[in-house]
Amino acid sequence: MEKNQSFTHDDHHGFPWKHIIGFILSLVLTFAALFVVLSGALPTTMTLAAIVVLAIFQVLVQLLMFMHLNEHEGAFQTISMAFGFLIALAVVAGSIWVMSFGM
Amino acid sequence: MNMENIKDFLLHDFFVTGEPMIYMADVAIILVSLAIVFVLTYFKKWKWLWKEWLTTVDHKKIGIMYIIAALAMLFRGGADGLLMRAQLALPNLHFLNAQHYNEIFTTHGTIMIFFMAMPFLFGLINVAMPLQIGARDVAFPYLNAISFWLFFFGALLFNLSFVIGGSPDAGWTSYTPLAEKGLDPGVGENYYLIGLQLSGIGTLASGINFIVTILKMRAPGMTLMKMPMFTWASLITSVIIVFAFPVLTVALAMLTIDRLFGAHFFTADSGGMPMMWANLFWIWGHPEVYIVILPAFGIFSEVISTFAGKKLFGYKAMVWSMIVICVLSFFVWVHHFFAMGAGPAVNSFFGVSTMLIAIPTGVKIFNWLLTLYKAKIRFTTANLWALAFIPNFVIGGITGVMLAVVPADFQYHNSYFLIAHFHYVLIAGTVFAVFAGLHYWWPKMFGHMLNERLGKWAFWIFVIGFNVCFLPMHFVGLMGMTRRLYTYPADLGWTPWNFIETIGAFAMGVAFIIMVYNIYWSARYGERDTTGDPWNGRTLEWAVSSPAPEYNFATIPEVKSLDAFWEMKKNGEVEKWRKQPLEPIHMPDNSYRPFVISVLFFIAGFGFVFEWLWLGVIGLIGVFLCLALRSFEKDEGHHIPVEEIERTERAAGRL
Amino acid sequence: MSETHAVATESRGPLEYATKDGQMKIFGFWVFLGAEVVLFSCLFAVYLAYLHHTAGGPTAHDLYEVKGFLIETLLLLTSSFTCGLGIHELRRRNKAGVLAWLLITLLFGLGFIGMEVKEFVDYVGEGATLSTSAFLSSFYILVGTHGAHVSLGILWMIAVMIQLGLYGINPVTARKAFIVGLYWHFLDVVWVFIFTAVYLTGLVL
Repeated sequence: MEKNQSFTHDDHHGFPWKHIIGFILSLVLTFAALFVVLSGALPTTMTLAAIVVLAIFQVLVQLLMFMHLNEHEGAFQTISMAFGFLIALAVVAGSIWVMSFGM
Repeated sequence: MNMENIKDFLLHDFFVTGEPMIYMADVAIILVSLAIVFVLTYFKKWKWLWKEWLTTVDHKKIGIMYIIAALAMLFRGGADGLLMRAQLALPNLHFLNAQHYNEIFTTHGTIMIFFMAMPFLFGLINVAMPLQIGARDVAFPYLNAISFWLFFFGALLFNLSFVIGGSPDAGWTSYTPLAEKGLDPGVGENYYLIGLQLSGIGTLASGINFIVTILKMRAPGMTLMKMPMFTWASLITSVIIVFAFPVLTVALAMLTIDRLFGAHFFTADSGGMPMMWANLFWIWGHPEVYIVILPAFGIFSEVISTFAGKKLFGYKAMVWSMIVICVLSFFVWVHHFFAMGAGPAVNSFFGVSTMLIAIPTGVKIFNWLLTLYKAKIRFTTANLWALAFIPNFVIGGITGVMLAVVPADFQYHNSYFLIAHFHYVLIAGTVFAVFAGLHYWWPKMFGHMLNERLGKWAFWIFVIGFNVCFLPMHFVGLMGMTRRLYTYPADLGWTPWNFIETIGAFAMGVAFIIMVYNIYWSARYGERDTTGDPWNGRTLEWAVSSPAPEYNFATIPEVKSLDAFWEMKKNGEVEKWRKQPLEPIHMPDNSYRPFVISVLFFIAGFGFVFEWLWLGVIGLIGVFLCLALRSFEKDEGHHIPVEEIERTERAAGRL
Repeated sequence: MSETHAVATESRGPLEYATKDGQMKIFGFWVFLGAEVVLFSCLFAVYLAYLHHTAGGPTAHDLYEVKGFLIETLLLLTSSFTCGLGIHELRRRNKAGVLAWLLITLLFGLGFIGMEVKEFVDYVGEGATLSTSAFLSSFYILVGTHGAHVSLGILWMIAVMIQLGLYGINPVTARKAFIVGLYWHFLDVVWVFIFTAVYLTGLVL
């Protein structure tokens, strides 16, 4: 744990490039998802898969570029979020599957 | 408003009337309350109560309060259980009517899980875990007090139901649509929903608190793989709490919104799905089983290792099997409702994942057995509970695997076979563990031992009574007796078994009384523990005096290996450690606010129970004001000067 | 509680990590966010299971309008960005900069809440209430829980800004600002999923 205390000293003194790139990325990802849906170019399942993948990238942008997930107790913090998302996946996928009665 | 209306409301909707047993309870509650007020006033103890207990942020005192509350709830839940057994002792009895029986099995289950098992374990974790890792308190002592008081007032709100407004009656699982407004009007279910919500918030906060404490506050040198097993169990349990309790929060909130605001989450009409409640309830509910069993495993590990005088066998395997159980516990929930009618893919998946859990659990059983192998075992009361756990729990584990076999489960489902199964795991697991822990850590909490002779009497009567009560339930279950049945006809062949079960249940009641008498007797005449290490212990809690001083450790020991205190004793380092120079110790300040904020939550909760939204809103505004006050408070704590530490340590004979 | 609570252990790094207390509270908040992920996942699970349980009432297709939810999304995305800039200024120990960016964040947040309230009022006007169908119950509670989080975040951020104004940037206020920042970004994370799983999916399925 202790060796994770590497604060990126260079990035909080200068121009906030990381944030600006993150913001542009999130705008691009948002409009890409919207475009995929509105254009209707892909079949339904493909569309759903595409927007979910874009959403995952968008979340990674927030976690890594805005939220400093890997700072300080980076390992434990990452485990906490990753386990949260694993359980979330189990809850969402599991509930939909179970409540469709496995049909 | 006219007086008649008010009178009508009070007599029909507010106070529970017309039941002689409840009138007796009313009288008992009033008398006990008056007695408490009288004693506190007569001995001028109000200020002591407020300053030493109600406003404390000391983890040891909070732990003791958890345990006292849990013992009270064990009494209440146990009384419910005995009433059920009395009703079922003979066929066609009308000691309780169907409605009363419904209420009693609901409160029995809810109280035993939420207000007895969990707080008892939380109490022991609070008392022992910070001491085991060489810390002076938990990470967030103020939050710890909030957790306790939220549990306390949640439990109080739930218990209020039986004299004001009426008890919940849809089972501890509160299945919809039965628990929905249409089929279950009145305030009983609201009590269940709001009471559990309050204590659930406290539980989640405790989970976070324990995780941060264990990961960030260990004594220097104590790496993760040098932590005592009980601390590991507390950590894994806390992880399960953090990721499981939000599911309960959501499920309870949804049903509350259904009942109070007319939503359709779990109704049978307007697109709602009643089984969605079962789905969410058990997504939380199965991990909950491990929340109450893993700390129990931790306690048994400590007790068995201490009284076998040996290092725990297979430490790493124990740790990894808990981690595996933690992950698997989130992927088995459907086994609680195989009979719902899901397709073979769903049921097979969850059947197999359930059976998988038996593997890490089996690993642990063998590790305990091998710890005992060729050891000079000391048969103390604490260890007797741990030794009795192994065979009894295995019975529950085996029937668990039987229940995981989907086609067979359709036969056992909701029969007394299931009741037998989960009482064998919950009583032989959790209850034996809290009794073991109570005897084991009692001297650390109070500075005196519990009497061994009385303890062993209670042990034998309880364990025999437990088997007499629950073993026959397997048989009547297979004979077709279903759970939650308030009476039964005489010609089914169930009568002798049921009568025997009732005898066993009352034996457990007798054992409980002996245990309570033991607490009283030992407080007056029990052997004082002047060494701080009455059991020749292995972990750091035994390195400090009994009871532990406010600051726990005058100086923090350096940990070099597993069983840190054992190694210190073996290498003759104890004296050297005690002679280290003292420094002022920083401690957190007491605060009245955790108590007040929880009272406000209670008021808000009472408002929501009776659907008086104005009262609910007033309570919540008060809660927010308290949060704001806390945010602007400068809580810097205080320092205990060296002279005071010296005085305390000298009084304990340590300098 | 150890002696190091009030003592700076690292003078050069970000102030919010300067004390053990600060480190523990930030780490504890991350654990809490893990719990929040699970909390929202239940709301999503129920919403998705009930997507077509409209009981003859309005459906997703009838209700959702691209313009409305796109503006909401952009408001919240931008507020997350400005909040990040606030924390950037916090680490440069620039009090005026932190307060300015957090104020802008608040305004975007208020704009978002205003839009969401208008959206809900419009839907109710179209006969889509909490009690209409299981689909709408789950929609209102999912999106409403997020909205309640944002509203709480606004109040919280105001409290932190007052303390920054009164006491300046010190280990305590820096930790509080950093944590409220984490909370704010996290609400954007949740919104990304609402944008995807509620609005876009509602248009697709």
